[in-house]
Amino acid sequence: MPPRLLAALVAALLAAGAAAAQEKPLAFTGARIIPIAGQPVDNGILVVQGGRILAVGAAASTAIPAGAEVRDARGKVIMPGLVDSHSHIGGASGADGASPVQPDVRVLDAIDVRHASIQKAQAGGITTVNVMPGSGHLISGQTLYLKLRDGRVIDDLLIRLSDGSTAGGLKMANGTNSIRTPGGPFPGSRAKSAALVREQFVKAQEYKARRERAGNDPEKLPPRDLALEMLVEVLEGRRIVQHHTHRHDDILTVLRLQKEFGFKVVLHHVSEAAKVAAEIAASGVPASVIILDSPGGKLEARDFALENCAALERAGAEVGLHTDDSVTDSRLFFRSAALAVRAGMTRDAALRAVTIANARMLGLETRVGTLEPGKDADFILLSGDPLSVYTEVEQTWVDGVKVFDLANPADRLYARGGPGAGDSRRAVLCCFGSAWDIIAAANGGAGQ
Amino acid sequence: MKTFLTTLCLLALPALPAAETAAPLAIFGETLHTLAGPAIKDGLVLVRDGRVTYAGPAAGRAVPADHRVLRAKVVTPGLIDARATAGLSGILNQPQDQDMLDRSAPLQPELRAIDAYNARDPLVAWVRSFGVTTLNTGHAPGSLVSGQTMIVRTAGHSVEEDVINPAAMIAVSLGGSAVNRAEGPPGGAAKSPGTRAKAVAMLRAELIKAQEYARKREAKDETKRPARDLRLETLARGLDGSQRFLVTAHRQQDILAALRLAREFNLRIVLDGCADAPLVLEEIKASGFPVILHPTMARASEDTENLAMDTAARLAATGIPFTFQSGYEGYVPKTRVILFEAALAAARGLGFERALAAITLDAARILGIDARTGSLADGKDADLALFEGDPFEYTTHVTTTVVAGRVFADGPR
Repeated sequence: MPPRLLAALVAALLAAGAAAAQEKPLAFTGARIIPIAGQPVDNGILVVQGGRILAVGAAASTAIPAGAEVRDARGKVIMPGLVDSHSHIGGASGADGASPVQPDVRVLDAIDVRHASIQKAQAGGITTVNVMPGSGHLISGQTLYLKLRDGRVIDDLLIRLSDGSTAGGLKMANGTNSIRTPGGPFPGSRAKSAALVREQFVKAQEYKARRERAGNDPEKLPPRDLALEMLVEVLEGRRIVQHHTHRHDDILTVLRLQKEFGFKVVLHHVSEAAKVAAEIAASGVPASVIILDSPGGKLEARDFALENCAALERAGAEVGLHTDDSVTDSRLFFRSAALAVRAGMTRDAALRAVTIANARMLGLETRVGTLEPGKDADFILLSGDPLSVYTEVEQTWVDGVKVFDLANPADRLYARGGPGAGDSRRAVLCCFGSAWDIIAAANGGAGQ
Repeated sequence: MKTFLTTLCLLALPALPAAETAAPLAIFGETLHTLAGPAIKDGLVLVRDGRVTYAGPAAGRAVPADHRVLRAKVVTPGLIDARATAGLSGILNQPQDQDMLDRSAPLQPELRAIDAYNARDPLVAWVRSFGVTTLNTGHAPGSLVSGQTMIVRTAGHSVEEDVINPAAMIAVSLGGSAVNRAEGPPGGAAKSPGTRAKAVAMLRAELIKAQEYARKREAKDETKRPARDLRLETLARGLDGSQRFLVTAHRQQDILAALRLAREFNLRIVLDGCADAPLVLEEIKASGFPVILHPTMARASEDTENLAMDTAARLAATGIPFTFQSGYEGYVPKTRVILFEAALAAARGLGFERALAAITLDAARILGIDARTGSLADGKDADLALFEGDPFEYTTHVTTTVVAGRVFADGPR
């Protein structure tokens, strides 16, 4: 082995070691900690180990384990990593123009984990994200819930559920985006949109029943149908529908279909939520709200109101927020929470709306969304009040690994912008693993 | 009965914007930023007939009995959005309310903003509710010469009543958005310009034509004068300096092309967009031309892929005069709000004072309206924004916007 290659291998192993979750406990002291679960503490301690939170609380009552590495975080604010319930980062795509109903299509097969938009989301403090296909279809495909680890391949970012499956939802839409005139296979009206969706779910109910009747008899099992299999997952409550819907009547249509078929659903965008806040709250269906700088831009957002969050909160609905990146910028996710507060939402609810509320909407609330012992060590360090324009995300940690540091010039570029900020993350220093990366590094190159 | 009829008539009138009649005003600000001098603790602005009659310390200043009193934590001059399409790019974003761009020809300087501006589009009231009192609005980027802009108040009554300068600038776009990359019809030619170089060549040819037109129109013998040509007439106004060129250019090569054109034809230009400005700071500084910078939160893609949130700070550090813009938006949000764009720049290295100056006095200077607005002093237009705290904090409401002495309280925003 040439010495240069050997050196590169050693460097690669060191880098890999640095990127792994620490075995030694790591304690942050002196910070204001906003755990979301429970009240903020001014002089708090957060201890993480092995990718999990070991302890969190006031300095007076939280022990730092022997042998822990201690970092002074005085003057900083520590919060759970943000959870974004609706994003389009990673250059992902979903269904094509062949049909308005394509539940078999997966974002999983179309995402670039080195895409600059993922680096920018890390810079914004986002650690868990629901990556969605677009809204131009009634059913545009399977969404993907990701942890924003520094990954080499998509598998590095996936969230595995206890049954071994990959966490994700199903993207649906109603209103104007999925209506096309002339339509071809696409609906030309709202009623037709609902009819097409009902038809699919009825088919899926029958498919499910046939499968159940067949039991374990392979002779009697219906032929595999990827689209219907997916809808059966939804009917069985194993996958949550993430539903684009803006206008008040469209929102009610979603609630009507939810009642008919009993699936779990989250309402997304809800530009006219304030008009039907009571109905949303009564349904028990959570809403993930988009915050825009102005109404309009499309017919169904004409009556968009900054007050939607406040109205939903007052009515007693569960409220989340999302970036819809690139509609709003992942680096400014806190801004949405702050503007919701500007329009009457309480601060506590707004901070929940970018953390635990979204975690619940993805069914991941036992793992992420708050700082509590046993949960994933996903947290962020802020320079100050999370809802102030003057505050910056200084560090982002996922599973106990730092994935963003404002003090690092390469990370800072993604945080601030500038030449190169649109380029994919380079392989070097993040994700050695193939001989080609190592050889490229040994030759002073930049990997891929 | 007469009273009853009068009441009925009043009820039947269409609802006016949320403005009230222009009674004299006494506006107290715990902090008053006049921009004519340092910030004043416990300041007072007196307003009569749409003009400022006093701006200074409140102490020892009597408030006449007929003045309506308004109070706010922070009072600033009304905000100026130096590059908008509000009023032309309507809220619905449907073909019937999009008047900011006609793509039938690449060079249409004769298109006037006053012939398209809808003073009552809800987005005009929307930006006003965030303290914006003045817009330089009109034709969008997206074709080589898309038309003109005008300077207008956001009072939202009619263009005739609100307009300040009906023919402010001629909108030119260099670079990606004005280049037609589409293939032509089979066997036919594609629409020009199809490249950056072709775009500049077309513009140079047209400016030369306009020079010749202007010279011939001066002919002593009336019969030798060419027939009026609205397009060349407009360009000729640009050439004689009576109307400036607003040149949208994001890539550094497009910024340099704009400066090259300005040198060749001795043009007065205002640079617009300038995502790549940090790469050519010295050249921009040397030109002396001001920059209307892209929105701080603009999306980074294609021509704007290099944009950065701290470019404003770098322009300021270099000594380049600049301001912000809401710009043109093709989707949601249909308009941006310069208060927010300046706020983020303030927090990314620009600082409070410079950011506030950028969207008030500096914008007024760049638009050439600083004699009447952009600062608060005796005789200036009574354009003000009232805030309940630091104007740039996300959670601070704008409580009131005053446009030429008319009070708009669109609800706390």
